[in-house]
Amino acid sequence: MKTLAFITVLLAGVVAAAQQPAAPAGNAENGKKQFLRAGCWECHGYAGQGGRDGARLADTALSQAQLTRYVRKPTGAMPAYIDKVMTDQELADIWTYLKSMPMPKLAKDIPLLSEIKGQP
Amino acid sequence: MAKSKKNAVGRRGFLKRAAAGAAAALTVKPGAALAQPQTDAVRPAAPPASARQVALETSTPTPRADVYTTDRPGADFMVDVLKSLDFDYIFANPGSSFRGLQESFINYGKNTKPEWITCCHEESSIAMAHGYFKIEGKPILCMAHGTVGLQHASMALYNAYADRVPVYLILGNEQEIAFRRSDVEWAHSVQDAAAMVRDYTKWDDSPISLGHFAESAVKAYKVMMTPPYEPVVICAKGGLQEEPMPEEDRHSLRIPKLVVPTPPAGDPNAVVEAAKLLVAADNPVIVAGRVARTPNGIKLLVELAETLQAGVLDRRFRMNFPTHNPLYNVGSVTTADVVLGLEVPDFWNATHSQTPINRMGMTSRPTTKAGAKLITITAGDLFSRSNYQDFGRYTEVDLAIAADAEATLPSLIDACKRLMTPERKRAAEERGRKLADEHKRTRDRDFDQAAVGWDASPITTARLSAEIYNVIRKEDWSFLSDTTFISWWPLRLWDFDKHYQFIGGHGAYGIGYGAPAAVGAALANKKYGRISVNIQCDGDLNYAPGVLWTAAHHKIPLLSVMHNNRGYHQERMFLQDMASRAGRGIENTHIGVALDSPNINYATLAKAYGMYSSGPIENPKDLGPALKEALEVVKKGEPALVDVVTQAR
Repeated sequence: MKTLAFITVLLAGVVAAAQQPAAPAGNAENGKKQFLRAGCWECHGYAGQGGRDGARLADTALSQAQLTRYVRKPTGAMPAYIDKVMTDQELADIWTYLKSMPMPKLAKDIPLLSEIKGQP
Repeated sequence: MAKSKKNAVGRRGFLKRAAAGAAAALTVKPGAALAQPQTDAVRPAAPPASARQVALETSTPTPRADVYTTDRPGADFMVDVLKSLDFDYIFANPGSSFRGLQESFINYGKNTKPEWITCCHEESSIAMAHGYFKIEGKPILCMAHGTVGLQHASMALYNAYADRVPVYLILGNEQEIAFRRSDVEWAHSVQDAAAMVRDYTKWDDSPISLGHFAESAVKAYKVMMTPPYEPVVICAKGGLQEEPMPEEDRHSLRIPKLVVPTPPAGDPNAVVEAAKLLVAADNPVIVAGRVARTPNGIKLLVELAETLQAGVLDRRFRMNFPTHNPLYNVGSVTTADVVLGLEVPDFWNATHSQTPINRMGMTSRPTTKAGAKLITITAGDLFSRSNYQDFGRYTEVDLAIAADAEATLPSLIDACKRLMTPERKRAAEERGRKLADEHKRTRDRDFDQAAVGWDASPITTARLSAEIYNVIRKEDWSFLSDTTFISWWPLRLWDFDKHYQFIGGHGAYGIGYGAPAAVGAALANKKYGRISVNIQCDGDLNYAPGVLWTAAHHKIPLLSVMHNNRGYHQERMFLQDMASRAGRGIENTHIGVALDSPNINYATLAKAYGMYSSGPIENPKDLGPALKEALEVVKKGEPALVDVVTQAR
């Protein structure tokens, strides 16, 4: 019974998603401006590196829709940004900017980090 | 308040004795006999009255304007008393209300044990004492005006109080109106000086005689050093300091013997009950607050955790547990069936969640699972104040042991070992293997996260921390900063295992603590030749930057590396929260919190105080070489500052 209910909810979600308007295409250059204007850097860092107060955004695994949904209704302690403060288009631009960031290095590729971690 | 008959010296009698005492005092070797009580049987017979004394006794008192000097001011005896308490240093910004004591310390006391350290702000004095204690385990004697000085010192005193750190504070104050010589001294006098800080000190007194001072001074030390450690205040009357020591007192005053009580250990039956719960648990977890009062506290906590193979969730208030131990910061309150809180003032926060700041209303719920047993061991249960709320929310626990945790750990470890059956030992070992895996995964994740933004400018706090560690890790280093505002990176990347390598934070999050606490702690490290390192927040330094001069003047080796994020960033994020809650956009949230336009050049500031400095550094590639150069200065026994423009967190 639980399985049936889950499938029903899932299908409903798929149908609802299909009925939604297509997500706007983003502009990375404007996304960077919005990232700075909206203060994303305050918690997530200028490089999207994350920190005590914000998740890592560099190389984010979130889709554009997931990012928008989270910003509108965050599950953690992040402030919720309503459309009046940040439009869907601006969020699309930010997402595009995040995806345009170069892939972060890994610790093993940074000699200093490898050394202090005790790796060869 | 009842006056001691012996010391109930009326003004006339006091003056007469002072004049007569000048000659008699020549026979008393200053300081030599004061610690030894003399009985009436051995007291020398009074010399026959001179003609001058007879005249004094029988005629109208003459004004004392003709008495200019004394070889034995009361402050000398106060110095004898305070020296008996074995203070290493006095931290003080000068103040006329304790000028008598200051003169006696630097001349009569020869400015040794304690040595006078010049501070540029009373808040710095107290915060330096705060930092010094957390390295050395010895309290510092501080002095301040009973009025304006204490007003400056009060925030730092509250920090120390909330951080369970003893500070011995002498307040100068003139209670007798006739002795207040000007409007300044009226403005600097107060009826009840300690009242202002009584809510966040453990004990205070305003002695009215030298004998009273001696007893209260020793008692204050005893009270302060009985866990939970807290600051104490003794008021030193101006007249007592500056007027001659009454003649009869010179033969009768004594310094009471100091015995510091042993820390209170937990009730043996309750300890066994706690051990039963912990050994029987499938997932015990330890929450560590201010557990390690001494270096031995770290060893004991390691022994307990390893006996139980329980994760230790460190609240970062002290150096409690080695960061590379596989049990460091692993396990979870949410999955634990027994949670042991050791000296955790915010145990409720450690075991509950609340509605986050981004939502309206407030609800809370336990994060522990149903049926989990909660145990606390804390000396906090032995001492409470009402007004200031640093004690945290009441937590419903299953077993509360009112005792000092470190003093209780030996019996708890012993009880756990005795109860450990082969079956429970196997279960513990299996748990330990899982926790070790978790520790490795966390460490790998931390290092990979540190790599993100490695070449970014402003420089990430992860790179800042890694570069600092790279230059100090082969030295005998001591890290003196809170890590709250730098995403805890040092604790995530460095290997901490010695008690002096981490000293926790402010206590009450009163900003302005960081720089002076680091200078005080570095002074404690100096005699051991340790390399003291401070990651210095810019907002914090701006409260009282004069402490840089104190470090330069007294040649206190300290490497200060600026976390110059150009703002009061915590508050900026709160404004961001509030603006978002109100749906008003966040364009104005720099107002009142940003420290830019113009940017502050901390390298120039440090130079002005006579300290080596470099920066501001914006390119991460320049950071390592700058740190190496600064470290060479520190190794020569001088302070140095490297200004680094950093990311926010």
